[in-house]
Amino acid sequence: MKPLRVWAVARKEFTHIVRDPRSLGMGIAIPMLLLVLFGYALTLDVDNVPLVIWDQSESPASRRLVSGFLGSRYFLLQDYVHNYPGMERAIDSGRALMAVVIPPDFAGRIESGRSAPVQIVVDGSDSNTATIAMGYADMVALAYSQDVAVEATHRIGGRAIQVPLDLRPRVWFNADMESKNYIIPGLIAVIMMVIAALLTSLTVAREWESGTMEQLISTPVKGPELILGKLLPYFGIGMLDVLLAVLMGEFLFQVPLRGNVALLFAMAAIFLAGALSLGMVISIVTKSQLLASQLAMVLTFLPSFLLSGFMYAISNMPKPIELVTYLIPARYFVALLKGIYLKGIGLEILALEAGLLALFGAAMVLLANVKFKKRLV
Amino acid sequence: MNPSSIDSAVVVKNLERRFGSFIAVNRVSFEVQKGEIFGFLGPNGAGKSTTIRMLTGILAPTGGTGTVAGFDVRTQAEKIKSNIGYMSQKFSLYEDLTVEENIDFYSGIYRIPREKKTERKEWVIEMAGLKERRHSRTGILSGGWKQRLSFGCAILHEPPIIFLDEPTAGVDPVSRRQFWDLIYELSGKGVTIFVTTHYMDEAEYCNRIGLIYRGELIAIGSPDTLKTEFMQEEVLEVLCERPQDAMGEIEKLPGIKEVALFGKGLHVVAEDAGSATSEIRNLLGTAASVEKIVPSLEDVFVSLIEARDRADQPQQEVRI
Repeated sequence: MKPLRVWAVARKEFTHIVRDPRSLGMGIAIPMLLLVLFGYALTLDVDNVPLVIWDQSESPASRRLVSGFLGSRYFLLQDYVHNYPGMERAIDSGRALMAVVIPPDFAGRIESGRSAPVQIVVDGSDSNTATIAMGYADMVALAYSQDVAVEATHRIGGRAIQVPLDLRPRVWFNADMESKNYIIPGLIAVIMMVIAALLTSLTVAREWESGTMEQLISTPVKGPELILGKLLPYFGIGMLDVLLAVLMGEFLFQVPLRGNVALLFAMAAIFLAGALSLGMVISIVTKSQLLASQLAMVLTFLPSFLLSGFMYAISNMPKPIELVTYLIPARYFVALLKGIYLKGIGLEILALEAGLLALFGAAMVLLANVKFKKRLV
Repeated sequence: MNPSSIDSAVVVKNLERRFGSFIAVNRVSFEVQKGEIFGFLGPNGAGKSTTIRMLTGILAPTGGTGTVAGFDVRTQAEKIKSNIGYMSQKFSLYEDLTVEENIDFYSGIYRIPREKKTERKEWVIEMAGLKERRHSRTGILSGGWKQRLSFGCAILHEPPIIFLDEPTAGVDPVSRRQFWDLIYELSGKGVTIFVTTHYMDEAEYCNRIGLIYRGELIAIGSPDTLKTEFMQEEVLEVLCERPQDAMGEIEKLPGIKEVALFGKGLHVVAEDAGSATSEIRNLLGTAASVEKIVPSLEDVFVSLIEARDRADQPQQEVRI
């Protein structure tokens, strides 16, 4: 391995990138754009469920229930309606996801200590959101019932009764349960995987297509020198992307970064080496830019998106699929990033993930060197 | 190493390359002396590039042996690569890089020592006539410039053997002429040059030529040897009125192998010059001039190819 040759290749490759606005765009603008788009759009939180209310009782008791809904940050009152057709229109048009119907005898039943039915109509066309919204409605109803019961006992003259079970949940690592806090770190991993593989998937194939590779393989340059030289500038771009993504997480999305920043970048470096080498392997094997970029996309995007634990918890997957996830390098990087970002943990816990990530990186670098032949055909 | 190869830059014995059932190069044997300009002449698809690729160590032979600069083409390809310069058919420059950047890249690849770097770079720029364009992107240069620049990049490290694969394809006549001056200059310094071409006039510039056709070497020797020894038939030049009409008539005469338009007249390939001369004189009258001439390389080449085609006739034509 001669440093002069590696340097010559790296400098040449860097000039290619700088001269070609498209590759610069793909290397830097696209990942940032993806992060912004996904970061804002891909929220799993159900907040401000649009709500319409048909209060037929119009009593202090019913208004108290309504204020229970409106006081919660989970609901947003769109309108009061006064009949079923009005309610239907609101839900059909998508103006409201939920309707609360309070019957005329609501106040009477509550005051006489009888159970009062309240109807909730939910738009089930998005079942995930509907389930969560119904959960919120349950909570409001439960709180109301408790208040009424406590007041009733009080009025009779008894002591204030205690609720038998007092569950006090406390959420660690993401106290506000904001989905962006775990989506952004995972997203960085997924985007870096796709972009890194795409970037390098073109570099060797392009030289085969333009004929410059035939010239290169007739020189004394060694395969590893060529591969390392080609990886270096893209590695630089990849690390710049990670830096920008971390800064965006910090200042744009306000995702807390609790762990060691140096560890985060060290892991990112290992991950990048593997992902860039994977792209290189694809480029070496296909010798065609079109095929290479498509293959890089297919091999990285969906697997890292679906099977890395970024979107769907790996522990919920069927066993055979779960086994497949061990082959997805993004899985380890997602776990590392979430761990470092949210839990602030280090290698003492994440050693296995870090080790497997390094193994993947080493395997890819090795494969690229084995597959590259200084021969035609 | 056998004694004959001490002065040989390239020695090839029964070199063969198959692609599946297609034989691109069929048991070719030849030697190239040090300091020689050796031309490899043949039509497109004859196996010129395949041969040159095997000799430069970028394509493994499927049979036979060969050495370049004393190194085995099968097992010591990387050693060969340090001792040769190769210019492939496409001018393999990076078009988005400038003239200087291309030179700098290859000078890094060949690890030209720092103290020689500038001198070699200036030599290439001077030789290619690119002084004013050293900061231009290579993509905008004309064919002749690209050719000389990629030639310069291929010989930056001053290799003792240079392989050129159709170096003058698509280049204007003036640039071609300048290019051959350059080749003579290097040859004068003892550099061995192996060049493929399908231009007959360029073949005349070579010290020796090998004629390759359908993967087989069908003749080898100096241009003069080829013209005088390899042609069994004799060539007559016929100057007459309306040569196109005369062509059909002459072809019907006995002992005539081939008639072709050549400049203002005709070249007639005949088994025997004497009898053919009188036959043609009888046919065309005294107004026509009939003269026996030294065949051109083209005559030789066409005659050899046709002889080969006649011999191959019963066989199935092998083509992909």
